[in-house]
Amino acid sequence: MDWKVFLEMAPSGGMTYLGWLGSGVVWTLTVSSFAWIIASLVGGFVGVARTTPVPWLRAIGTVYVEIFRNVPLLVQMFLWYFVMPEVLPKALGDWLKQDLPNALTLPFAAQFSLWELTAAILCLGLYTASRVAEQVRSGIESLPRGQTNAGLAMGLTLPQVYRHVTLPMAFRIVIPPMTSEFLTIFKNSSTALTIGVLELTAQSRQISEYTFKTFEAFTAATLIYIVITLTVTFAMRALERRVAVPGFIAQAGGH
Amino acid sequence: MTDPQSPMIDLRAVSKWYGAFQVLTDCTTRVKKGEVVVVCGPSGSGKSTLIKTVNGLEPFQKGEIIVNGVSVGDAKTDLPKLRSHIGMVFQNFELFPHMSITDNLTIGQVKVLGRSKDEATQRGLKLLDRVGLIAQKDKYPGQLSGGQQQRVAIARALSMDPIAMLFDEPTSALDPEMINEVLDVMVDLAKEGMTMMVVTHEMGFARKVAHRVIFMDRGAIVEDCTKDEFFGTARSERAQQFLSKILHH
Repeated sequence: MDWKVFLEMAPSGGMTYLGWLGSGVVWTLTVSSFAWIIASLVGGFVGVARTTPVPWLRAIGTVYVEIFRNVPLLVQMFLWYFVMPEVLPKALGDWLKQDLPNALTLPFAAQFSLWELTAAILCLGLYTASRVAEQVRSGIESLPRGQTNAGLAMGLTLPQVYRHVTLPMAFRIVIPPMTSEFLTIFKNSSTALTIGVLELTAQSRQISEYTFKTFEAFTAATLIYIVITLTVTFAMRALERRVAVPGFIAQAGGH
Repeated sequence: MTDPQSPMIDLRAVSKWYGAFQVLTDCTTRVKKGEVVVVCGPSGSGKSTLIKTVNGLEPFQKGEIIVNGVSVGDAKTDLPKLRSHIGMVFQNFELFPHMSITDNLTIGQVKVLGRSKDEATQRGLKLLDRVGLIAQKDKYPGQLSGGQQQRVAIARALSMDPIAMLFDEPTSALDPEMINEVLDVMVDLAKEGMTMMVVTHEMGFARKVAHRVIFMDRGAIVEDCTKDEFFGTARSERAQQFLSKILHH
């Protein structure tokens, strides 16, 4: 074993192999965080849409979930990156492939462009949104129907019932399953390497190819992934405790 | 307000189906201002469904319901506005678990009636005091017993200054020793002249304060008579059977 390999200068980027690893971490965190923002916003809306009594909203939600959930993530990566610019109007497609990459140079010796980054974030975010939507939907549906009735009976409108009654409780109920989705997004962000985003997994592979220190390279990646996911787990547990309702015991399926 | 002689709640030949299954059949009855009407009947007889049609929580397909002069089934009716005048108490209390007791009492007043937070809190706490739970104002529903939660739920409904109250089996989910604390609050309300429609099996409550008793079976109103008639000479065989079952055990 030779851990000192990380202190050697890498062939590009003007940094050590440790620098490459660090760059990988930065892009893993970047892709995952932006994708998570998209996933929770879109997933939240789609999940709520599927619980409303409005038929066309439910239909849109169902179609969204079934499309994004049922196509392999890797295939979706390729669709966003290779296929989307071709099916869009030519001017827009060209802009994505030619102008967006030059819009700004990414920092941290990125070796890829804003277009790869955007495609990866959109793909991972919208895919995860379909999974988040299902968690949100089941969270809302696990609340007793009587809660909605009680809100309506006092004269709240349906949007007010969602805002003040259903969603605050559903939010608390879905924290544990959301933690698991949040962890998955960090792990799934490694698929971005297939469209050229040099995130943590890609950098480890690169280090291993240049140095033949395969064991060290992937052990480092493994440890870093574990540190990231444990941090997320602890943060989500803290959030769970912070918003816990006094005296409320999660009652799957209601009374 | 409408003509004092016209009924507060007026159900005219209300029918409802779940698919092909008819849950309500031609239900017709009236509740006058200040009247206390108890609705009873075996489980599955449609009493809860009937009471929920009154404030539009359950849609119905035929007939008409007029509450305080407003047609509930009319698509143009502002249902939230209508509901804000009709208090409702549920079998499972349905307090909002993530809100303190005080917030439970004020949310409707603030969001629906547009009262200021201060005014709403004052009104809410006064009613909380009335149901004997002022000491619990900062607690959460999960920290209260069932009987206490239901008393808060009644105070919450009253905080909206309702013109009538609907009770959907308010004591059915309670442990026996807690039933009376809730019934006491309801008896007081009835004595003050609140218009009440109460789905319950508590025949003691019916005897004490009801003006009329409605007996339902298989989605239809079988008996609709004064309390004395009901407990004296309930005419239908089904009602007699029902009474003998719940009064002698």
